[in-house]
Amino acid sequence: MSIADLAFYAFAIMGVSAAVLVVMSRNMVHAVLWLILTFLSSAGLFVLLGAEFVAMLLIIVYVGAVAVLFLFVVMMLDVDFEALKGEVARYMPLALLMGIIILLQLSLGIGAWIEADTARELRQAVTPDPLQIENTRALGLLIYDKYLYLFQIAGLILLVAMIGAIVLTLRERKDVKRQNVLHQMWRDPAEAMELKDVKPGQGL
Amino acid sequence: MDDLLREFLPILILTALAGGLGLVLMLSAIVIAVRNPDPEKVSAYECGFNAFDDARMKFEVRFYLVSILFIIFDLEVAFLFPWAVAFGEVSMTAFWSMMAFLGVLTVGFAYEWKKGALEWQ
Amino acid sequence: MTLLAWLLLATASIVLLALLMVAAGVFTWVERRVLGFLQERLGPNRVGPFGFLQWVADTVKLITKEDAAPAGADRAAYILAPAFAAIPMLTGFGVVAFGEGWAVADLDMGVVFVMGMLALTVYALVLGAWASRNRYAMLGGLRAAAQMLAYESFLGLSLMGVVLMAGSFRMSDIVAAQDGLWFILLQPLGAALFFTAGIAAAHRLPFDLQESENDIVAGFMTEYSGMSFALFFLGEYIAVMLVAALGTTLFLGGWYGPLLPGPIWFGLKVGLICLAFIWIRAALPRPRYDQLIGFAWKVALPLALLNLLVTGWIVVGRAG
Repeated sequence: MSIADLAFYAFAIMGVSAAVLVVMSRNMVHAVLWLILTFLSSAGLFVLLGAEFVAMLLIIVYVGAVAVLFLFVVMMLDVDFEALKGEVARYMPLALLMGIIILLQLSLGIGAWIEADTARELRQAVTPDPLQIENTRALGLLIYDKYLYLFQIAGLILLVAMIGAIVLTLRERKDVKRQNVLHQMWRDPAEAMELKDVKPGQGL
Repeated sequence: MDDLLREFLPILILTALAGGLGLVLMLSAIVIAVRNPDPEKVSAYECGFNAFDDARMKFEVRFYLVSILFIIFDLEVAFLFPWAVAFGEVSMTAFWSMMAFLGVLTVGFAYEWKKGALEWQ
Repeated sequence: MTLLAWLLLATASIVLLALLMVAAGVFTWVERRVLGFLQERLGPNRVGPFGFLQWVADTVKLITKEDAAPAGADRAAYILAPAFAAIPMLTGFGVVAFGEGWAVADLDMGVVFVMGMLALTVYALVLGAWASRNRYAMLGGLRAAAQMLAYESFLGLSLMGVVLMAGSFRMSDIVAAQDGLWFILLQPLGAALFFTAGIAAAHRLPFDLQESENDIVAGFMTEYSGMSFALFFLGEYIAVMLVAALGTTLFLGGWYGPLLPGPIWFGLKVGLICLAFIWIRAALPRPRYDQLIGFAWKVALPLALLNLLVTGWIVVGRAG
């Protein structure tokens, strides 16, 4: 039982139990915290697989950005948790159906990778030897020319996300006075003030 | 593969030790420090007054917007990582495809700027 | 893995952690003295020679102080927040190379790892704010988190130029690539942006709205006392040192320097950058919140992108 095996079991158990606790938690903030633990254990598992770049990306993007988004929303929403818990029974059949479909898909994938006739060629296809060339560089050599179209589509998806977020959420507030720095700087000092001569005892 | 794992092992040990250190420091407070809870001490601090109401606020959409924008730029940086590392050996196609990607995102950025999503009201 | 190998690794980690603790303590003393001199007063000068043992006294005080958690606080978040402040920073130091081969773990992805660890500090703010169940703390925490995110966005971009030129994320490779010429001369804009983002990541002045010592009464840390408070501050100082160490590796040539051995040069450079941070804290005012965020999105991010583009073009142009 080498260290790698021990680490695998540790990360795997941590990941699965954290995932179960995400669903079963009674407090939304706790659920997000368990989700963060799930992400961290998955990152550990990715390292064990040799995909160190993906592991780092999980930490930077998922834990560092997506979970923060979840926390913001959860902290500001006041969710009535007891009412939600009652709904679970109603949706259980649908949830079970989806679970079965996912299981079927997983077994299809595993079958194609291990059992099928063309499995061996598939497995030896693309990946360069991790000892010769490091992970990130290997990815860099592939993504930008071989998978060019997918890469550009990813860029377009990000663009759509940006525009969508703004369209859905931005509301102009009419009552707020904005500071327009350029206007302030272009103000002509000669026209900014006028001096009025006032007799003592009289106002303007 | 073994090489890679051996590289990461010290990090695992360091993380475990750092976590242990944090735990020890926090527990030491429980062991050593005085424990004397008192309703005045444990109530929320509000400049000498008692708290008016619960610490909930209205949901503010601009936090959501800031975090979504951050996610998008973080992903852009994530795509830049392999490109930057493989830059020496990569072909001109890759260079131009990255320029196109950055161009697309710059268009999005300009749109956000124009719409005023980058300001905090 | 033999027992000896284990012991060696564990010892290296323990030595590193001990060094960091002492360094953080000394840093607090240096900061208070230097801030004092910059503000035309003396800093602490009673405890020990020139007040040098002040931080020891402070540590003892903080350990024995009562840790009064407010009623109704979320226990999990209350305990996790200081953990998230300190532990990622300590782990991040694992990849820093103090000298030729002097690193606990010289990862292939060293720089990305440190970026990931810096990204985790947001949670210290957010969870600390939530746990305190105090309206002021929560307001401060969320705004601080939004500001940290805005500055995080160009942290990665600013160091891309360096990575482009060095061709690797490994710390020792990047230092090796600076054999003739330090990167700060080739990437001045990148360096400036990196340090700005770094100061924001360590939430120090002029980005310390969440501490806002004069405004929101210590902001998200209002409800903390005793050791958890100490852990927050420890995390902040170690974050400053981590940013300084990363900056030294990326821009100032790591451990290169004539005559003296590598690690000493490294220590000197990191010390210099930390001094610069203290100086900036004393000298600059704190901008208004929307000005800060506007600066991050509208000035720094485009500049970082521009820097990357220009560097990329120049490197391609030179290669042929």
